Amino acid sequence: MEAVNLLSSNRYTEKQIGYLFISVLVNSNSELIRLINNAVKNDLGSRNPTFTGLALHCIANVGSREMAEAFAGEIPKILVAGDAMDSVKQSAALCLLRLYRTSPDLVPMGDWTSRVVHLLNDQHLGVVTAAASLITTLAQKNPEEFKTSVSLAVSRLSRVSPSRGTELDTDRCAARSQHTCPRCLIPRAVLQIVTSASTDLQDYTYYFVPAPWLSVKLLRLLQCYPPPGPCPPSRGGFGGPALRPLSEPNLLVRACNQLGQFLQHRETNLRYLALESMCALASSEFSHEAVKTHIETVISALKASSFHVAVGSVLVPQTERDVSVRQRAVDLLYAMCDRSNAQQIFHLLHSKFHLCSVPTRALLLSTYIKFVNLFPEVKGTIQDVLRSDSQLKNADATVLEEMPPFPELHAVSVSRPPGAGRCAPRAHRTATLRRRAARGRFLRLTLRGRSPGSRLRGQLRQEIGSSRSILNSEDVKMFTEVCLAVSAVLAPSPPSAEAAGSGRRMFIFYGNKTSTQFLSFTPTLICSDDLQANILGSVAPRPLAEAACLCVAHRYGGTFQNVSVKLPITLNKFFQPTEMASQDFFQRWKQLSNPQQEVQNIFKAKHPMDTEITKAKIIGFGSALLEEVDPNPANFVGAGIIHTKTTQIGCLLRLEPNLQAQVKRLEGIAEYA
Amino acid sequence: MRFMLLFSRQGKLRLQKWYLATSDKERKKMVRELMQVVLARKPKMCSFLEWRDLKVVYKRYASLYFCCAIEGQDNELITLELIHRYVELLDKYFGSVCELDIIFNFEKAYFILDEFLMGGDVQDTSKKSVLKAIEQADLLQEVRAGAEDESPRSVLEEMGLA
Repeated sequence: MEAVNLLSSNRYTEKQIGYLFISVLVNSNSELIRLINNAVKNDLGSRNPTFTGLALHCIANVGSREMAEAFAGEIPKILVAGDAMDSVKQSAALCLLRLYRTSPDLVPMGDWTSRVVHLLNDQHLGVVTAAASLITTLAQKNPEEFKTSVSLAVSRLSRVSPSRGTELDTDRCAARSQHTCPRCLIPRAVLQIVTSASTDLQDYTYYFVPAPWLSVKLLRLLQCYPPPGPCPPSRGGFGGPALRPLSEPNLLVRACNQLGQFLQHRETNLRYLALESMCALASSEFSHEAVKTHIETVISALKASSFHVAVGSVLVPQTERDVSVRQRAVDLLYAMCDRSNAQQIFHLLHSKFHLCSVPTRALLLSTYIKFVNLFPEVKGTIQDVLRSDSQLKNADATVLEEMPPFPELHAVSVSRPPGAGRCAPRAHRTATLRRRAARGRFLRLTLRGRSPGSRLRGQLRQEIGSSRSILNSEDVKMFTEVCLAVSAVLAPSPPSAEAAGSGRRMFIFYGNKTSTQFLSFTPTLICSDDLQANILGSVAPRPLAEAACLCVAHRYGGTFQNVSVKLPITLNKFFQPTEMASQDFFQRWKQLSNPQQEVQNIFKAKHPMDTEITKAKIIGFGSALLEEVDPNPANFVGAGIIHTKTTQIGCLLRLEPNLQAQVKRLEGIAEYA
Repeated sequence: MRFMLLFSRQGKLRLQKWYLATSDKERKKMVRELMQVVLARKPKMCSFLEWRDLKVVYKRYASLYFCCAIEGQDNELITLELIHRYVELLDKYFGSVCELDIIFNFEKAYFILDEFLMGGDVQDTSKKSVLKAIEQADLLQEVRAGAEDESPRSVLEEMGLA
C-alpha cells in the first residue's frame, strides 16, 4: 500500500522506488491493481518523459491482463505521437510488444501500424531496434500489414553496414532497393565487418561490428517474409538467423563447409553452435548431402576435441568433455542419418556405448529403437544387440513392430519425475528427437478406441504391489525396497459430450520416488493381436481376453529391471453409460434372451456387501446405475453402450445380492450377433 | 529472454530479473536448480546448456556468474554479447566494477538493466544513451535531495524559531 502511495508522489526517487517495488510484487489484489493502474495512467499522460518511461517500464514488467486491458489502446498512440521523445518511443514499442505477447487479442491493429513501420527510418537507432522487435512479432501474425517494412528494413540494414565503396554506391543501392529485389544489399550488409564511417553509428559499434543487435533484429524481421534473393553465408552466431532463409543449394553447401571448419575449433562455444546449425541444415533437402560429408569430422569431434593435452612432448587428444557438445553431436548424427549411413552410424554409436555417460546411454537406446523402424536393413543388427542387452529380455518382435501412423497422433506424455532431475533431460531429449525426425512412424504408445460422442480420460497410476503383473520375486523385492512409483488409480472422469472422433486416451506418468535416477528408461507396449487390432482403430466385438501389458525396462542401481504391468484396457473402458426407464430395461432384458448373449455368474461375496461401495463399483465399471428400475430395491441394475467403429453394442447388467447366503448373482447381457 | 540471474561462486544471488510472471515459490526453485547446474560446470565447457525447455547462456566474470535463460528461437551468441554489453555498462558506470559495487548499489544495477533491456528485449545498445539516462536520473535524485534539505529550514525560519 505504501508503495502505491509512493507511485503518486511527484518526486522522482520516490516514484522510482515505488515502481520498483510494484514490479516485484505481482499480486492480484484487486484494490491495489486499480490504484496502480490509476497511478500508471497519470504517469503515462504526464509531460515529464521520465515519468512516462517509468510507467511504461512498469507495464512491461508486470504485463498482466488487467493492465493490457487498460492500456493497450493508449500505448500505440504514444508510440506514434509526433512529439514523443526518443526514449519514450522505444520504451513504448517494447511495452506494446510485451503486452502483445501476453494478450495478443487486446492489442488492436489500427492506423498506427503504418506509422510504426516508418519508425524504422528513425534517426535514433534505439528506436529502430525497438521498432524492429515489435514489427517482427506483429508481422508473424499479420504479414500483410507490415509488408512495407521489408524494403525499409533492407535499406536500413545497408545503411548500418555501408559497402566498401563510396557513399554514392550506398545511396544507389538503397534507391534500387525500392524498386528491384535487393539482391545486392543483403549480401553486402551481412558480410560487412568494417568500422562504420558515419559518426552516429560509432556509439553503436561493438568491437568493430556496427550495431550488431540492430542488424540481427532486422535480419529476423526479413526472415518473416519470403527471401528476396540468395544470401551468402555469414560468420558466427550473428549469421545464425541469416542461414535459415537460404534456399540456394550451393550456398548451403558453402555454409556447411564453413561450419565443418568450426567443428574443430578451439573454442567450445563455436563447436556447439556449429553442431547446432548443422543439425538444422541437415533437415533441409539441399544440404543434407553436404552435411553427411562431414560425418567424419563429427565423429572425430565426439572422439577427440581439438584441444590436446601435452603429455611430455606428445600431444594427446582428449575426448570431448563437454556434455552439451556431445549431446549436440549425437543429435546431429541422428539428423544426418539416412539409408546410406545408417549401418555406419549405428555401429559408431554403439561402439561408444560403453563409454557414454548415463543420460547419453538412455538416449542411444531409444535411438536404436527408432532406427529399427526407420531403417529395416539395420534391423537385424540392432535386434541382436538389443537381445543381448539383458534389460530388454522381454523384447520380442512385437515390441519392435512399428505402429502404423494414426490420423491423430497422441504421444504419451512423459512427465518429469518429481525426484529425478537427471532423468528429465533424457525424457525431454527423446521428445525432441521425436519431433525432429521428419518421417512420422514411431513406436508410440498411442491407444485409440473409437467412440463418437464421448471422451473418457483415464489416468493410469497403478500400484505395482497390487498389480497382477509378470514380476519375478527379485523384482518385487527390489520394488518394495525402492518404492518405485508407477502408482496408479484408475479414475475415469465423467464423460463429457464432445465432438466426434475422440477416443479413449491413456496417459501414463512415470514417477521416480527414489533418490537414484533410473537409467535407460524404456517403456514398451506388448499386447495380444486382438487388442492390437482394437487399438488400431476398430474395436472388434470380441472380448479382450488378455489385457495389454506395459513393459518398463530400466536400469536401477547397476542392475537391469524389467517391470511389466497390465494395462487396464478392457472392454468396459469403452462403455458409455445410458439411462433408461424400468420398462425399457426389462423389455430389452426379455428380448435378449438368446443364450449366447447372456452370461451369468454366481459368486460368493468376498467383501461385505455395502450398497454405496457396490454402486460406486458399478459406476466405475462404466455403466449407468439405474435407480428404482428393479422391483427389488436391493438389486443393482446398470446399462451401457459399447461404441465400436462399426456397431453399437448395448449391455445390460444386473447384480442381485443375497444377504443371507452372502452370494451375489451377476447377469450380463449384450446385444450382438 | 525469460530471466536473468547474477550469482557469485558461493551461490549467493546478487540480482534477479524476471521477464515472465512466475510465483515466488517457482522462482526460488528455478534459481536453486539453475545455480546448481551452472556452478557444477567446468571452466572449459561451453557457455550454453539446455535446461528444462529453455536454453541457458551463462558467462563468468571474476567471481560473478551472469546467467540468462532464453527461449528456443533466440540466438545464443547474441545473448552472450548482450551479457557482455551489460557488463560494459556496469563497468563504465561504476568504474572498474567489482562484485562489491553490485552488492552495495544493487538498485543502480537494476536501473541500468532496465534501461538496457525491457520486457526481455534489447532496448538500446548504445552505451552513451543508456548511461546518459542513468545520469539524468541520478541528477534528479540529487536535486530532490538538495531541495529537501532546504525546506525544513525555511519552515522553521518562517515560524520565527530559527
